[in-house]
Parts: sequence; C-alpha cells; structure tokens
Amino acid sequence: MSARLPVRKTYKLFIGGAFPRSESGRTLDHEGHNVARASRKDARDAVVAARKGFAAWSSATAYNRGQVLYRLAETMETRQAALAAVCSGRREVARAIDRVVWYAGWADKLAQVLGGANPVAGPYFNFTLPEPTGVVAVIAPDEPALDGLVARVLPALAGGNAVVVVASEAHPLAAIELAEAVATSDVPGGVVNVLTGLRAELAPVLAAHMDVNAIDVTGADGDVAALEILAAENVKRVVRAREDRSPWEVGAFMELKTVWHPIGR
Amino acid sequence: MAAVAKKGDTPVPAGGWDYAPAPESRDIVSFEERYGLFIGGEEVSPRSRAWFPTVSPATEEPLAEVAQAGPKDVALAVDAAREGFEAWRAWKPSERAKVLFRIARILQERARELAVAESLDGGKPIKESRDVDIPLAAAHFFYYAGWADKLEYAFPGRRPRPLGVAAQIVPWNFPLLMLAWKIAPALACGNTVVLKPAETTPLTALLFADVCRQAQVPPGVVNIVTGDGSTGAHLVRSDGIDKVAFTGSTEVGKAIQRELAGRDIALTLELGGKAANIVFDDCALDQAVEGIVNGIYFNQGHVCCAGSRLLVQESIHDQLVRKLKRRMATLRVGDPLDKNTDIGAINSKAQLDRITELVEAGTEEGAEIYQPPCRLPEKGWWFAPTVFTGVAQSHRIAREEIFGPVLSVLTFRTPDEAVEKANNTMYGLSAGVWTEKGSRILWMADRMRAGVVWGNTFNRFDPASPFGGYKESGFGREGGRHGLEAYLRFE
Repeated sequence: MSARLPVRKTYKLFIGGAFPRSESGRTLDHEGHNVARASRKDARDAVVAARKGFAAWSSATAYNRGQVLYRLAETMETRQAALAAVCSGRREVARAIDRVVWYAGWADKLAQVLGGANPVAGPYFNFTLPEPTGVVAVIAPDEPALDGLVARVLPALAGGNAVVVVASEAHPLAAIELAEAVATSDVPGGVVNVLTGLRAELAPVLAAHMDVNAIDVTGADGDVAALEILAAENVKRVVRAREDRSPWEVGAFMELKTVWHPIGR
Repeated sequence: MAAVAKKGDTPVPAGGWDYAPAPESRDIVSFEERYGLFIGGEEVSPRSRAWFPTVSPATEEPLAEVAQAGPKDVALAVDAAREGFEAWRAWKPSERAKVLFRIARILQERARELAVAESLDGGKPIKESRDVDIPLAAAHFFYYAGWADKLEYAFPGRRPRPLGVAAQIVPWNFPLLMLAWKIAPALACGNTVVLKPAETTPLTALLFADVCRQAQVPPGVVNIVTGDGSTGAHLVRSDGIDKVAFTGSTEVGKAIQRELAGRDIALTLELGGKAANIVFDDCALDQAVEGIVNGIYFNQGHVCCAGSRLLVQESIHDQLVRKLKRRMATLRVGDPLDKNTDIGAINSKAQLDRITELVEAGTEEGAEIYQPPCRLPEKGWWFAPTVFTGVAQSHRIAREEIFGPVLSVLTFRTPDEAVEKANNTMYGLSAGVWTEKGSRILWMADRMRAGVVWGNTFNRFDPASPFGGYKESGFGREGGRHGLEAYLRFE
C-alpha cells in the first residue's frame, strides 16, 4: 500500500471574487510552485472588477464594513497555520490579525475623527465627511510578507475603497493565502483583487490606468518616480506608508466632502 | 389713462434698467511705477533685469511695471525662505499667532484700498472685491492665526511639525484671497513661503508685501516673486523647497505632479472644475434662478468651482430657461469700479480668446446660444453673459472648463440620471443641488463625486470650511482644520 499523496494548492489570481488563471496562460516558478504571472489584461480586468466591488463596498454602512473586516480577522485566525507557512511565522500572523481587528473597529469612527462640523460665518449648516477615493492600486511591500501587505490593504478597505494588489515578487504566496481568507469572509467580490507576477510589468499599467484613483507605492522601490509620472495623467493620489497604525493612514485613501445648506424659517 | 399693468408683466428694457454711474474712487490706491521682488523682507531689483507691465483689463492702461523673476531670483527667494525658516520655526507659536492676527487686522484696515487695487488689476466688480475677496482674505488670516498655538489639538495622537519652505503658486481669479488661502495656513504651521502671484494680477500681492512690513513679519518668512509661468516652473524645480501648493489649471497641475515625481516634496493641487448645478422640479424656482446666476456669472465665471453645467429636470426646463434669460437681461456688464456692476472685465486677452473659441465651438456643435442685449465697452476685454440650451454631454462646452460667463443647460428626468450626468466628468470640485426635499438633498450630496456640495445655495466660502477637489480637480484641502494638514509633517 502506498502512502497518501498530499493535495497541492494551485496558486492563481484573485479577481472579482474568483480565482482565475492568468488569461495569458503564463506562470512563474516560485519555490517549486507555479504561480500565475498576471498580464496587463489581467490588471485591467482587475480594475474593472474593483470598480464594481467599490460600488457595493462604499455603499455598505460603515458598521457593516467593520463587521465584515472583523469577519476577515476570524477567517485569518482559523487559517493561522497556512498563513504562517507563507510569512515569517505565527508571530507575524498574530500581528497581522490584530491589525485587521484594529482597522475593523475604525470603519464606523472615521467620520467622527476625520470629519466634523464647520462653524461658518453665516446662516448655513456646514459639515465635512471623509469618503473613499475609489479604486486603489497597492504595490505590496516585500517585508514583512503578510503583515506588510495587511498594513497597506486594511487602511484602504476600512475607508471603503476597493483595491488591486500587485503582490510582492518575493512573497506571492502570502498575498494569495490572504486572498483566500478574504474570499471566505463576506468581503464582496471585487473589493480585493490580487495580481501575482512581475511588478515591473504590472505596476505601470495600474499607475497609468485612468479608472484607478490612488496608488500606494510603499512597496515600489527604484521605480517610484516613473510610477508617479504615470500617475499624474489623471491626478492620482500617490500614497506612502507614514505611520504604523493610524486613522490618518486611512485618511490618505479618502476624499473630504463639504456640504453646505442654508438655515432659515 | 393707461390700464394698470399686471404685476410681472413689466417689460425689461433692452440693455437693462438705467442706473446712474456709481464709481468707487480710485484715489485710495496709488501704485508705484515699478515693483521689485519681495525677498528677505526687502524690495529688490530682479537679477534678470527683466520687467513687464501689468494692465487694467477694463481699459488696457498700464498700472505699473513688475519684475519678471528669473532662475537666480527664484533661488535667492528660496534661500531667504530657508534662512527665514530657521528663525521662524523657533518662534513661540503664540507669538506666530500674533503676527497672523496683525496681518488680518491690517487687511481689514486697508480693505478699501486693496479692493480697488484688486478690481483695477483683475477686472472684477468692486462689489465682489469689496464684499467677498478682501473680507474673506482677512478672515482667513484671522482663522489660521488662532490655530498657530493649538496645532497639537488638531490631530489627536500625532505630533505636528512644520514642513519647511512652501512654494506657492496662485491664479488670477481671486489674487489676494488665494494668497491668503496659501500663506495663512503655511505660516500658522511654522513654515515660510515663496509665493508667485499670477502674471496678470501681481499688484495686491505686492501691496501685501507692504502689509507684511507693517505687521513686522520677520524677514524671509514671506517672499514674493512675480513673473510668468516660467517663474513658477523655476520655483517648482528649486532645491530647498519642501512643499508645493498650486491653484490653477488641471494641465499645469499635472505637469507639476510629474515634475515632483520621485522627490520627497509634499504637494497639494487645487485645479479645474466643471460643476453641475442640479435643479429639481420641486425647487424654489426664483431662488434657484438667483443661485444659477451667482453660480456661473460671479466673477465673470472665472471660478474653478463655477456651476457651469446646469442640469434641469425636464418638466421645468422651459419655465426655468425663460426666467433665467429674463434675469440675465438685468445683469450689468461694465466698469469694474462701478458699484452697480455685476459682470466686470475678462481678466486677459488670452482668456477672452479661449472663451470666444469655446463659445464658437458650442454654436458649431449645435447648441443654441442666448446673450442678453448689452453694450460692451470699446476698450478692454469683455464677454456678455451667455447661456447655451440644447447641450449634449458630448459637446465641448459640457466637458471643458470655459472659465468665463458661459452656462450650458442639459436636462434629466430622474434623480439617478442627474447623478449619472453630474458625475460624468473628469473633474470633481463642486456641485449644487436645488430641491425643497431635505432627504433628496442629502441623497444627492452623498452621491456627488465632488469636494464641495452646495444645497440650495452656491459659491459660498468660509475659512472654516474645507475646499478642494475629487478626481482631476486635485487633492488636498484648503480651509478649516483640514487645511492645516497640507503644511505639516508628523513625528
């Protein structure tokens, strides 16, 4: 009798809530795994999916978004072993999960901390509210493999944005394992999209894309200036990590809307 | 005896009612023949040795000569600001506040002089420079003065620090007010500035240099370099700046964003707009007409947040357009210094050409034009208030920022269609909504992809109220607590 063979995982892309292979049929070898090598077309498809996801995610109540993100922490908790295998280990996984919980709790407090009422000199009621900017491209940092990614994606999600992640080339599996937790956590399809492949091939497509509102370049090393030049074409918000955990990390992915209305009898 | 005319039937005479002239005296302001640059607290001659005249757009008469700052001049100004920063950052915040309070008071004291100067140099009606531009500029300094020693309360959990030297470039539509929007928060946060006023409207910025002297602003804290677009380009390329704040066209904003790529320089952009002013059939119609007129003809339509696309619910289209045309016939176009003037001069020949070109495109593309009969002065640059009906979303006059007194009227049937059409633009600076239904105001406000939404009002501004755009209208906010963030870093 032969020993049981383990069932191996196929690492595919995560677009619009599904796990497709790259339309190009290409893969990259990563430590013995065939990881999908996304094409420019996959990147554009991911933006279309994100735009759809954004409609659902941004119109959900902040309370609901908070609960769904907390649910993500729950699904990550049950997948600790799988996640630990693709990053530096269980301590990093614990940090990442706690970060998800922290940002989940922010979802329905942002408007009170980042917004406010404005005492204008006239008979007007005037208030300012933060709103998600839209579709955010995230160039994932290489280190830490899992928590570094979570630290950039969660602020965008907590604010109500949809994201397209270009996974780290060094740690593509961490991004896909996270995508599997996302897929089982009630996050609507298209809100999180993950592209594995070559950063030099994918990041410029997203930086230049006219339906992407912001790009997080924390994980882009030498090519930041080139990406920023492309980003200017539609005045993208270019975001970098500033603080480890902060509501203003969320604020970087948000617009501020000010509403005026007269007061009268 | 003639029958008593029914109320509402009074015909408006061609060219509007006659008013006696009511000119504001220009004696209150006297310009120097020539203005140098304001660097390190002193007026200096430009190393470039180049000068250019600034003219009144209403009469084409030269008002003064100003310096065309070259690369060396810009470098000197940045150096002065760097030096000024070392001293200024060490000031006690409470004393920095007092400097700003002083500026606010001096602006109030010299308000009439500045208003006349603004109208002479820029062509805007005196009632607007007197009642809007200058009081708001003073209010802005007063507002941010109070923040200077309270910054740690603005951002709980963070430690705010100044950025350093801010390069600031302002447009010609609200010269002194835009200067205030830039300089007041920058100084309150402990930065120093090099400000470049617009080529066609440098004079109130140069008078502001004198306000700084009167207020005893320390040398190097405020530096003013005049010139054309090349001066701005030198400023943005300078070593030694930590921040760029720009208000102007989307095209130039993009060029600046590209120029700063890969450099660790903070950036805020306040760019163009093509705001929808949305009128529902249940609105207070006469109030809406006033709001529409204010939205597009205020400051000759030289307003980035102007309500230049009128979206009217189909059922009231004809009635509203009739009322609007009737109201337009009462607008008085002419001498900016006349207190009765509603629409002043177009700021420059170049801007007049741009407006004319787009209006021609509107007619060619098949929209129907209306201009009330009005006599335009022979000298200077003028454009009659204009409305286009029958405009399609694909028309250039519905997509491009005209930056003049030109309104495009489109229609919609349902609120969803209004949202769709309002957001169908690369811009996202402002929007207006007119309806008596409170829940619909909030529903619409929620769906507008725009930084400022005016419900049953339009073109309101206040130093406490953040202003800025979504999408290609730029990023960052000016005004309010949020306006501080653009001039701080956090430890």
